[in-house]
Amino acid sequence: MPGKLKAKIVAGRHLPVMDRASDLTDAFVEVKFGNTTFKTDVYPKSLNPQWNSEWFKFEVDDEDLQDEPLQITVLDHDTYSANDAIGKVYIDIDPLLSSEAATVISGWFPIYDTIHGIRGEINVLVKVDLFNDLNRFRQSSCGVKFFCTTSIPRCYRAALVHGFVEELVVNEDPEYQWIDRIRTPRASNEARQRLISLMSGELQRKIGLKVLEMGGNAVVGYLQCFDLEGESGLVVRAIGTACTLDKLIPGTASNTITHTNTHPNTAPASNACNSPSKEIKESPLAHGCRSSHNSPVHSACSSQRLSHSQNFSVSVPTLVFTGTVREKYEDPTHPLSVPPTPLRILPPSSSPPPFSPSKPCSRQSSSSDTDLSLTPKMGKTPPPSSPFLTLSCCSLILSGMGSGISVGKEAGPLKTLLRQQAQSALEQREFPFFTLTCFPPGFLVHIGGVVSARSVKLLDRIHNPDEPETRDAWWEEIRQEIKSHAKALGCHAVVGYSESTTICEEVCILSASGTAAMLNPRFMREGCLDAGGSDQRLSRQPPLSMVGSERAEGEVSSSWLGFDDASPPSCGFCHIPYDEFNMPFPAQLTYCYHCRRQKVPDVLFTTIDLPAEAAVTGKGCLIQARLCRTKKKAQGEVNATAISNLLPFMEYELHTQLMNKLKLRCMNALFGLRIQISVGENMLLGLASATGVYLSALPAPGGIQIAGKTPSDLSYDQHISTMQKRINDTIVMNKELYNIHPPECIEEVVGSPIPDRQRSRLFRSTSESSDELSELDLSHGKKDAFVLEIDDTDAVEDIQSLLTDAPIPAGFYSCNTEVMPGIYNWTSGLQMFTSVRVYRLNNANLTNQGLNKIFTDLCENLLKSLYFKLRSMIPCCLCHLNFTVAVPEEELIQVRRHTPKNTSPILSIFPRNILLVHMRVYVSPVSSVDYGSFADRCSTWLELLRLKAHTIRRGSVKTISSSERCSPLPEVRSRSLRSTRSLPCGAPVTVVKMTPLSFLPRTRIVKYLGIINMFFIRETTSLREEGGVSGFLHSFIAEVFAMVRAHVAALGGNAVVSYSMKECVFMENPNKNQAQCLINVSGDAVIFVRESDQEAIPPLITSGQTSTTGADGTT
Amino acid sequence: MPCYWWRDHGTWCSVLPAFCQPVSDAVKVRMDEGALLECEANPEVLTSDTMDQFRTFQMCERLLHSPTKLGSQLLYQIPAQNQIILIERYYEFDSVFAREVLGKKLSKGTKKDLDDISCKTGITLKSCRRQFDNFKRVFKVVEELKGPLVENIQRHFLLSDTLARDYAAIVFFANSRFETGKRKLQYLSFQDFAFCAGQLISYWTIGAMDSMMEDMDVDLEKEFLNELKDLKVLVNDKDMMDQHKILVCAALRGKIKVYKLMEVNFKNLSRALINLASKLTHTKDVRDLFIDLVEKFIEPCRYDRWTVAEITLFLTHYTNAAHCLGTFRHQMIWDRYMGVIKSCILQMYHE
Repeated sequence: MPGKLKAKIVAGRHLPVMDRASDLTDAFVEVKFGNTTFKTDVYPKSLNPQWNSEWFKFEVDDEDLQDEPLQITVLDHDTYSANDAIGKVYIDIDPLLSSEAATVISGWFPIYDTIHGIRGEINVLVKVDLFNDLNRFRQSSCGVKFFCTTSIPRCYRAALVHGFVEELVVNEDPEYQWIDRIRTPRASNEARQRLISLMSGELQRKIGLKVLEMGGNAVVGYLQCFDLEGESGLVVRAIGTACTLDKLIPGTASNTITHTNTHPNTAPASNACNSPSKEIKESPLAHGCRSSHNSPVHSACSSQRLSHSQNFSVSVPTLVFTGTVREKYEDPTHPLSVPPTPLRILPPSSSPPPFSPSKPCSRQSSSSDTDLSLTPKMGKTPPPSSPFLTLSCCSLILSGMGSGISVGKEAGPLKTLLRQQAQSALEQREFPFFTLTCFPPGFLVHIGGVVSARSVKLLDRIHNPDEPETRDAWWEEIRQEIKSHAKALGCHAVVGYSESTTICEEVCILSASGTAAMLNPRFMREGCLDAGGSDQRLSRQPPLSMVGSERAEGEVSSSWLGFDDASPPSCGFCHIPYDEFNMPFPAQLTYCYHCRRQKVPDVLFTTIDLPAEAAVTGKGCLIQARLCRTKKKAQGEVNATAISNLLPFMEYELHTQLMNKLKLRCMNALFGLRIQISVGENMLLGLASATGVYLSALPAPGGIQIAGKTPSDLSYDQHISTMQKRINDTIVMNKELYNIHPPECIEEVVGSPIPDRQRSRLFRSTSESSDELSELDLSHGKKDAFVLEIDDTDAVEDIQSLLTDAPIPAGFYSCNTEVMPGIYNWTSGLQMFTSVRVYRLNNANLTNQGLNKIFTDLCENLLKSLYFKLRSMIPCCLCHLNFTVAVPEEELIQVRRHTPKNTSPILSIFPRNILLVHMRVYVSPVSSVDYGSFADRCSTWLELLRLKAHTIRRGSVKTISSSERCSPLPEVRSRSLRSTRSLPCGAPVTVVKMTPLSFLPRTRIVKYLGIINMFFIRETTSLREEGGVSGFLHSFIAEVFAMVRAHVAALGGNAVVSYSMKECVFMENPNKNQAQCLINVSGDAVIFVRESDQEAIPPLITSGQTSTTGADGTT
Repeated sequence: MPCYWWRDHGTWCSVLPAFCQPVSDAVKVRMDEGALLECEANPEVLTSDTMDQFRTFQMCERLLHSPTKLGSQLLYQIPAQNQIILIERYYEFDSVFAREVLGKKLSKGTKKDLDDISCKTGITLKSCRRQFDNFKRVFKVVEELKGPLVENIQRHFLLSDTLARDYAAIVFFANSRFETGKRKLQYLSFQDFAFCAGQLISYWTIGAMDSMMEDMDVDLEKEFLNELKDLKVLVNDKDMMDQHKILVCAALRGKIKVYKLMEVNFKNLSRALINLASKLTHTKDVRDLFIDLVEKFIEPCRYDRWTVAEITLFLTHYTNAAHCLGTFRHQMIWDRYMGVIKSCILQMYHE
C-alpha cells in the first residue's frame, strides 16, 4: 500500500570548513529513501547554506515507510576529486505514520559523522501522505503505537491488555563481513548504523502486525535489544505488551469515561472491524498491490509452517467459508495473497468489535495448557496441501481462537514471519507475560515473587538470517522455564518481565526475569470496556498517583475485582498466591498485618514498581548487591560449562547480600529488582539493584544475628559480639533514617504460625547453608526461582562488607524505581544524569576479594560523585537509578578490524576493563514540612527559569516573559548581567527534557508523539587528542543527547520520557590511539504542559540534563 | 549541559579561573576550600568531579569562541540565563593583564611575551592566553566591520554593555597602537585608558559625528585631524594668545590657589595643548598622544601641585574663553578637540 513521503531541505548552519583555501564549504544534500536518491543544488561558499529545495517526493510502500529511515547526507562539492561527506542524518518517519502522533517533522537536526561527531546542523521538513490503508493483508502495521513506558501511557486508558509480543530478526554484522577489509571505517560504521536502523524498523513492523492480529492497537513496555554476537551475527530482538488503548480527551480525563473513538483510523484493526462490508469490497484491490511479493518458494514454505496449526483447528469443523477460499485461491495471479482474505472477513462477522473475543479464555487458562500448547510444535507434519491449509485457518477463527488469525494472515514473502506468526498463535497463550511494571489499580491481584531463568549458550554462526531458529528456540526455552517457575508459585502470569543477554566471545548468557503474579482477568476480557465506573479507574491512573493520597485509591470497591476473597488494594497484592501447605520454598507465613485475613510471606521480592495503592511505612532506599567471581580462561564448551557452574552460586550470593542489606535497613520488600550478570574473559560480575521498602502488610523483619563457627575461641567471640553490636546499631540508625516505625505488638493478636522465628533469625554455619542450597536445588526444578528464603552468610567478610556500605549523605534519597516510596512532594525540577566509568584492572587484584572490593568501590564512588555534584540541591532524590556493567572482552580491545588479531603483549597481560554505564534521574522534593527552608530556594530557581523560558512549537515562537516576577538572582551573577540584551540570534532552541521516568512531576503529558529508537556509532583514531576515553565518551554522549533532543523537537515534542540507554558498548585500543563506541537509546517523545498552567501556554521548561562522564583510567 | 550545580554552587564560576590551571591544582584548591567535608566526598570523587567540570568546560569552550552559536547549537541545552553568564565569564579579563597588552599589536609576537606578563602580573599563563585570545578574536571580527564598535562587539559576542565597552577600548588601542608602555605612563590603569578610548571613539571617529555614516569606528577621522592644524592660530597669533590669556586669567582670578603659577605658565600650557593638536596628522604622533599629554601638560601641572578641581576650572575656562576671541573661527573643531582632551586629562590626572 503506497504512501507518499515528502522531504524538503531548507538550510544548514554551522557547517564545518571543508575547503581550507577559502575557509568555506560548497555544500549540497543527498536525500535518500529506499533506493531513490534526490540531490539539492550546490550552495557555494557558505557555512550557512540556504538550499530551500523543492519537495522531494518518494512514492513507497508503507512497509518500507516503517522499515527504512530517511537518509540525508550532506556533502561538500569538489570539482576535481570525489565529493567529501560532511555527515548524515537518519530520520525515522514512523511517528508520521500514526495519525495520532506527529503530522510533520520539521526542525534542525545535527549532522552526524561517525568519525568526527556532530558537524553543523540541517533544517529539514518531512511529511507523509498515507493513502488510507484498507488492505487487510498487508505487511505493514502502520498505526500501531509503540511506547517504551512500562505503564499505561498517561493520556490513554487501557481498554484491554492482550499480552506478550516478541520478535527477533537476525542479520550478519557488517563489521564482520569480508567487505569490511576493504572499506573505510566510516563506510563500515554507516553500514552498521543503517542496518540496525532497518532491522529495528522491521522488528517494529512485525511486532505491530502481531498486535493487530491480537486486536490491539499499541505496544506498551516495548523493549528492544541488540545482541552483537560478533562473527555469528547481529540479533535485534524486542518484547512488549500488546494493548488496546483509548485516548483520553484532555480535560474530561478526570471525570468521564467517554470511550473516545475520535480517531477511528488510528487503529486499523478497529477501523476494519467497524466496517466489515467495506472490507470485503476492498480486498480485490488489495491483491493487486501486493502481488509483487509473492513467490512460489514462500508459499511452499509457509504452508509447511502453517501445518502445525492444524492441531487446534481440526476439532472445530467449520466449513462455511471454504468455498470462497478455494475459489479465490485458485486465482492464478495472486496465489498467496488470497487465502487470508476470507479469514479477515470473518472476524467482523463473528465477533463484536474491536476485540478478539476469545482472548481472555486463553489467557486465563494459559498456565494450565502449557504442555498442551507445546505439543503442536513437535507435532508431525501433515501434508502441506494449500487448500486444506486455508480451510484449517478458517475454522480456526470460527472456533474462536483469536490469536489463531495470525496463522493465515501473513501471506507475505518472509517465511520467518510466517513461521513466527504460526508460532505466535501458540505463544500468545503460551506466555502470559507482561513487560509492564506499573499497573492500573486492581490489575494486580497477588504477587508470588521474582522468577528468573538463565541459560548459557554457545554462539554459532547464523547461517540463514531468515531462519533465526536457534535464537528463537533459546528464548522459547527460557520463557518456558520462567513460566513453570511462575506456575510453581501458584501464579498464572509474569509481570515486570524483561530479557537480556551478555556475550563474551562465543559464550552467551541469556537471562529473563519477572515477577510471578495473579492478575485480574477482567483486564483481559473485552467486558471490562463497559464495566462502568470501575473501569474508569484503570484508565485513569492519575498522572501522579503516588502523590498525595495513596489511600484515596484504597477504597476501590472490591466487588469489581472479580475475586470472592476481595482484599483491600493496599495489601492485597502481598497475599500469597500459592498454597499455604504446599509452599514452593521455605517461607514464614503470617496473617497480613493490614487486613489480618490473608497470609503473607515475611519478605517479598519483585521486579515491578511499587503499586501506587500499597501501604508503606517510612521511606524506601536503593539496595545493591555486587559480586565478582573469577574464573579460568577457557574456550568454547569448557568455558560455557564453567560459567553455568558458577551462575547458581552467584545468584545465591547476590540474593544473600540483598537479603542481608534489606534486613539491615529494617525493610521487608524489594521492588524493581534487576539482576545483571556480565561475563568477561576471566571473571563474572553480578550486580543486583532494587528499592527496598517496608510494606506495612508484611511482618517486621527480624534483626540480624551472627553466630560464629567456632564458639570456643574467646577473642573470636568478642569479635563476633562487637560486630553484632555494630549491626544492631546500624539497624537502629537505619530505622531512624528511613523513618520506619512500624506499629509493634501485632503478632500477639494474630495467631501467626511461626511467631518466634521472625523475631530474630540465626545465621547458620557454612555447612548448614550449603545444605539449604542443595535442598533448594532439589525443590522440583525451581533452582532459579528467586523467592528463596535464606538468612545466611558464608563468611565474616560478607558481614563486614555489609557494614561498609557508605551511608547516603543526609538529604539524599535514592531508588531505582520510578518514584521514591514514602516521598510525595516532587518539584518539577528534574534532571537526568548519565555517567560512564571505565576502570582498568591490573593483574594484582585478581582475587575474588580484591575484585569485589574494586567493584564495590566503583559503584559506591559513582553514587558518591553524583551526591557530590548534587549537593547543592538537597533535599533531592535520585530515582530510577540504573546501573549497567560490562566487561569487554580481550579481543574487542582492537577497535579496527583491519589490524591483525594479536594485541601487543602488554595489553594481553592486563585484563579487562570494567565499563559501567548508568543513568539516573534526580528529582528534588519540595515544600514539605521537613524541608521548609529548602523549599524556598528550589522554587526561586523555578521562578527564575520560568522567567527565562522560551519555547518554539512547530515553528511558531512563543516567548513568555513575565515581568511581575523578579526573582532574586543568586549572588554570583547579579552583576549587570540582566541588561536588555536579547539572546543569541534567531529563535531559541526548543528545550527538550529527558527523563527515564514515565512522567514528569507536576506536569501533564498531553500527547505521545511516537517512539524514539536511535542507534549511533562513534569512532576515533585520535583518542588522546579528544581527551582520552573520558573525553571521547563525554562528547559522544552529549552528541547522542543532542540528536535525541533534536528529533523530539522536530516532532513538536518537548520531552522524552522513559528514556533509556539500552546499549553502550565501548572498545578501545590505546596503543593505536583508537576507540569505538556504540550507543542505543530509546524513549517516548511527548508534549507536556505544566499542571498549573496547562490551559494556556505550551510548556515552560526548567532544565535539561547533563551528561557526566567520569572515567578514571588508572593506568 | 545546563546544570544547577554549575551555578547554584558557584562551581562553574569559581572554577572558571581554575580552568586555567592543571586539574591537580584545581582539586587541591577545592580541597583547601573544604569541598571534602561536603557529602562525604573523597579525593577520588573530587578529582573525578573536577575532571568532569574541566571536560565540560573544554567542550563548551569551542562554542564560547563564537557566542552567537551558543544560542542555536543543539549540543548543550543551556538555559538562556546561564548562557549569558557563561559568555560573560569567559570573556571577562583582568584589567592588570589588559593594561599590559593595551596598545600592543595582537599578534604572535605579543603572544610570546605572555610568559613575562604572566610573571609580572601573577596571572597564570593559561589565563593570560585565554584573555589574549579573546582580545584577538574580538579584534579580528570587528576590525573590518562597519558601524559602531561597541554595538558590533555586542552583536557578535553578546557581551554586556560594560564589557563590550572595555573590549571596544582594547580593540581601539590595538588598532591605533597608542603608546602605553612608557615608564611615565605606568601609573595609568586600564580603566583610565578605557575611559579615554571611549572618549576618542565617541568624539573623534567618523561614526561619532555622523551615525548614519557606515564607516569604521576603529579609526580616528582623518579630516578632523587635518583640521586640527587650524588651531595653531591660537599660539601663532600673538594677539590672540594674549587675549586668550587675559580672558582665562580674568575668569580664574581668586578662584584657584595656583593662579600665580598658572599665569606664568599659561603660554606653555596652551602651546602644549595646541601643538599636540596640530601634530596629530602624523600617525606617529597620534600614538604618542597619551605620553605627550602626560609630559607636556600633566607633569608640569603636577609639579606645580594643581588640584583636580583647579585643572577642571582651568580647562573649562580655557575652552570657553576661545569662543570669546572674535577672530577665532574654528569653534566647532575646538570644542570637539578640547572636549576629549579635557576629559582625558581629568581622568589621567592622578598619582
